Amino acid sequence: MADQNALEHDEPLLVAKSLSKSYGRIAACRDVSFSLYPGEVLAIVGESGSGKSTLLQLLSGQLAASGGHVSYQMRDGVTRDLATLGEAERRFLFRTDWGFVHQDPAQGLRMAVSAGANVGERLMAVGWNHYGRIRDTASDWLTRVEIDVARIDDAPRTYSGGMRQRLQIARNLVTEPRLVFMDEPTGGLDVSVQARLLDLLRSLVAELNLAVIIVTHDLAVARLLSHRVMVMKGGRVIETGLTDQVLDDPREPYTQLLVSSILPP
Amino acid sequence: MTAMIDITDAKKTFTMHLQGGIELPVVSGVTFHVDPGECVVLSGPSGAGKSSILKMIFGNYRCDSGRIGIRHRGEVIDLATAEPRQVLNVRRATIGYVSQFLRAVPRVATVDVVAEPLIVNGMARADAQARAGELLHRLNIPERLWQLPPATFSGGEQQRVNIARGFISELPILLLDEPTASLDAANRAVVVELIGEKKRQGVAMVAIVHDDEIRHLIADRIVDVTSFAAAA
Repeated sequence: MADQNALEHDEPLLVAKSLSKSYGRIAACRDVSFSLYPGEVLAIVGESGSGKSTLLQLLSGQLAASGGHVSYQMRDGVTRDLATLGEAERRFLFRTDWGFVHQDPAQGLRMAVSAGANVGERLMAVGWNHYGRIRDTASDWLTRVEIDVARIDDAPRTYSGGMRQRLQIARNLVTEPRLVFMDEPTGGLDVSVQARLLDLLRSLVAELNLAVIIVTHDLAVARLLSHRVMVMKGGRVIETGLTDQVLDDPREPYTQLLVSSILPP
Repeated sequence: MTAMIDITDAKKTFTMHLQGGIELPVVSGVTFHVDPGECVVLSGPSGAGKSSILKMIFGNYRCDSGRIGIRHRGEVIDLATAEPRQVLNVRRATIGYVSQFLRAVPRVATVDVVAEPLIVNGMARADAQARAGELLHRLNIPERLWQLPPATFSGGEQQRVNIARGFISELPILLLDEPTASLDAANRAVVVELIGEKKRQGVAMVAIVHDDEIRHLIADRIVDVTSFAAAA
């Protein structure tokens, strides 16, 4: 049919096949398969303990899978199995083509060095060495995430929670990654700060055509940011589809429970 | 002439797992088509399934069975079985949906909310904003409000912003869910005019309107949804 031909031309950026992870007898993640395309935002939703954070770690190669594999199309167009990458290659991927936004910005930032250095460090890691250019690019990114450039020399420990999270985002995006993993990026923030951050993320993701895998227990976040949703329960994906389809017309009992638990605005 | 929308025997039932798994049949045997330049109005009492049918055509509700044929970039795609990515493509290039309520994104200025569908399809921001301005002007949204986010507007103003956003794009299919519900006579007349213009451009439309006078003005054909009442 119409688009299937067109769709075959672009290849998935990341493919997960039958991913599983067990801790002894406990299966944290069972038989998860999906494809993620460039520019696509996938939300993984489910309650605490459903396996969504484990899945994120498996997908980003931070945790070795007990079964199955993840392949990724590298910038040179070659698709590689993540398990076959050397440690240096994997770290390079993390510094360049991938981003990882943690719920707690202290995990993704260096809290004692300046904001400018936090952003510039990723550029230096990919070979930038001109101080003026690094500083200009860092200033530019602080502006894009709505941080006053006058604060560029301050360390993030002097920043508010919302500013830290925006700085973490700038640090991740400065190398123009194609894929960003996010683990509850709005988790610890006030509601008003959350709205601003979501709005910022939404426009950056569209502008940069980023592919994103975002773990959240907040269905409103999934609705605002994602194209597709996977609902997890007990380590399994129990329902998947277009975000508005899954949220407006949930089929599985557990998904119906999740959706019905949202308080009306 | 080839239909833009061709629905055959579509069926929708809700299974309410939290209410002991009761089955709520919504519609079944939904069959009709819409040609380019035609406005089909769905009629029937509240609860007959009109909005559900619109949502099925938009890919928002899933079908249990049947076919939702949509002419997308010259070929027919079945939305009932399409992949999420295909549905998104169809929404970007083919089907627009004007819902009853504006789902506003916080902090985004009204003029940008309206211009967004054009920008997404590649129009330069300034041109898209100019077009948005023209539409907002026609729909009597005062210029001093254009730079504000619509979240604080009155219900009628929000609906007009929503209509502007729906009508700005040049998509070949438009779904209208009570586009005139909370509007005054002057603004209702503007919407009727906009629908007339879309027809002349060959846009296929499916609408839900409760107002008899508006229905009379816009409908080329009426499809009675009660004939699709699902057998309980």
